Amino acid sequence: MAKYDYVPSPFMSNPIVKWVDHRLPIFEMVDQQLIKYPAPRNLNYWWNFGSLAGVMLVVMILSGIFLAMNYQPSTVAAFDSVERIMRDVNYGWLLRYMHMNGASMFFVVVYIHIARGLYYGSYKAPREILWWLGLLIFLAMMATAFMGYVLPWGQMSFWGATVITNLFSAIPLVGKSIVTWLWGGFSVDNPTLNRFFALHYLLPFVIAGLVLLHLWALHVHGSNNPLGIDAKGPQDKIPFHPYYTVKDAFGLSVFLIIYAYFVFFNPYMLGDPDNWIPANPLVTPPHIVPEWYFLPFYAILRSVPDKLGGVTLMFGAIAILFVLPWLDTSRVRSGRFRPAFRVFFWLFMVVTVTLGWCGSQPPEGMALTIGQICTVLYFLHFLVFLPLLGWFERPLPLPASIAEPVLKSAAK
Amino acid sequence: MRSFRFLLAGVGLALSLGTAAASEGPEIPHQHWSHDGFFGTFDRAALQRGYQVYKEVCSACHSMKQMRFRNLEGIGLDEAQIKAVAAEFETTDGPNDDGEMFQRPSRPSDRFRMPFANDNAARAVNGGALPPDLSLIAKNRKGGENYVVALLTGYADPPEGVTVPEGMHYNKVFPGHMIAMNQPIQDDAVTYADGTKATVDQMAHDVATFLAYAASPHLEARNALGVKVMLFLFVLAGLLYAAKRKIWKGLH
Repeated sequence: MAKYDYVPSPFMSNPIVKWVDHRLPIFEMVDQQLIKYPAPRNLNYWWNFGSLAGVMLVVMILSGIFLAMNYQPSTVAAFDSVERIMRDVNYGWLLRYMHMNGASMFFVVVYIHIARGLYYGSYKAPREILWWLGLLIFLAMMATAFMGYVLPWGQMSFWGATVITNLFSAIPLVGKSIVTWLWGGFSVDNPTLNRFFALHYLLPFVIAGLVLLHLWALHVHGSNNPLGIDAKGPQDKIPFHPYYTVKDAFGLSVFLIIYAYFVFFNPYMLGDPDNWIPANPLVTPPHIVPEWYFLPFYAILRSVPDKLGGVTLMFGAIAILFVLPWLDTSRVRSGRFRPAFRVFFWLFMVVTVTLGWCGSQPPEGMALTIGQICTVLYFLHFLVFLPLLGWFERPLPLPASIAEPVLKSAAK
Repeated sequence: MRSFRFLLAGVGLALSLGTAAASEGPEIPHQHWSHDGFFGTFDRAALQRGYQVYKEVCSACHSMKQMRFRNLEGIGLDEAQIKAVAAEFETTDGPNDDGEMFQRPSRPSDRFRMPFANDNAARAVNGGALPPDLSLIAKNRKGGENYVVALLTGYADPPEGVTVPEGMHYNKVFPGHMIAMNQPIQDDAVTYADGTKATVDQMAHDVATFLAYAASPHLEARNALGVKVMLFLFVLAGLLYAAKRKIWKGLH
């Protein structure tokens, strides 16, 4: 994959490294893909969020494995086993809060990562497959997070699982059978909890596999950059190490401060109090809400009075992202040179955040109306605004190379 | 750094969504708690008074399934005191060699005594209402321990035109305002060993402190470790920022 002028690092001439590399070129891969890997010299801090997401995946897998050692996936024991982790397992509270708040942090990071891709046109040729792989990771994350939330077997776990699995009953003819099949019975019960635990443990490793493919696809053409233009030569690129290792490390330390604040000082803020009540199939909570990261999609689901329509639209909201590279007809990647696109991009950001708010409210009155307007705007953005913008917008002139504006601003 | 301000604003905005849902129902006034804030620790005297209120009043109807007598270490009792407290209660053990279950004095490793054999027994003597388990009440109600205080001090005469059904009581903060529990604490319901005057407000505050501890027994360890982690991370971030500046300087 090394298409650039690769000069090996000094350690590559070490005899042991040479011996190993002759048999398995693992050092060469690290040297080419991580150390000497040429990255655009102008990446800003928005490009930190990919590596942050990778760190969060590792944190979630590690904390999750240790939690699983103490967790019991049965409707009788699940809630108490989680309490036992919190009270009696050494640093169990730390593991639990890292995992619980880690899910929220993972989604914050990934949403920012996706928004960065949207703004700078990172999904455009030749990075469409890279974009698809990212979306598959996002879908797998949503499934993992949903099933993970069921495991503590609190009230919201149970009722969230009931509401979401019931969505599949909207499918004509086979819907009801599919729901029974998903549950492993006629209601959300022990078999459901057991399989959700098995799948919740499996999916993160599927995500890890998808991440490897995502990185592979990334390293074929390299990162996009804030200017959205291709690198013209070696002067446009810098080796990943030390420049981006130190920049990513600094970003990570700042991110960890925010993460640690929630883990140590505000661990309950992002969760629903109802989930500290053991699941009770006979008592429905007055207001069933998913975790904050699903709220925009929840709002889209509820903005359609018809169940099948709502479900279709909710899945459509993500499915539409797969064809985004062709819906955006502009040949200019970066939003920096697209003044009209920028307006619609920020409008889209406001729309998604507003949808999130609507999702947190009972579906009635103003919240419902605003949710419906925003749902229409969400789809208009992809189906009408983006295709038309490519034709009507007059982009600003692009710089000749990546190095040119960087060196110019440094000279000032 | 401009992008960083954006980032923080974005995170803040996203996170505030989660709390948006929490702003319904009657206003729960925020009390002052010694365990609030980055350096918060539980008020040991209040914890012990709160346990006394639980033991003498609440425990008649409310279980605390997650609590064992050894957890009283966190309210400031020593080993001998915990043993003595546990021995005041009896635990069913067995079966013995004859196959019989038997009663013995509780040990520190035993759970708090359950007031009722099962939920149905609890409902039967409480007019059909189930007194909730209190282990996590300070976490599973919006407002947490503030809600506990507001509820215990929220009994009042119903407003004009509201009729309270037989066996129910009017409460300002209980969802729907109709609560099966009669006002549980009146002035001087308990006699505090430390001479503190047992007003309703005082007892509500004390028992809420105890329930906050029961819901988050690790709170002090969490705060203590959190402060160290934060200090470490701030120093680390500073060093990494300096390193980043130095390394990137040669580039332009």
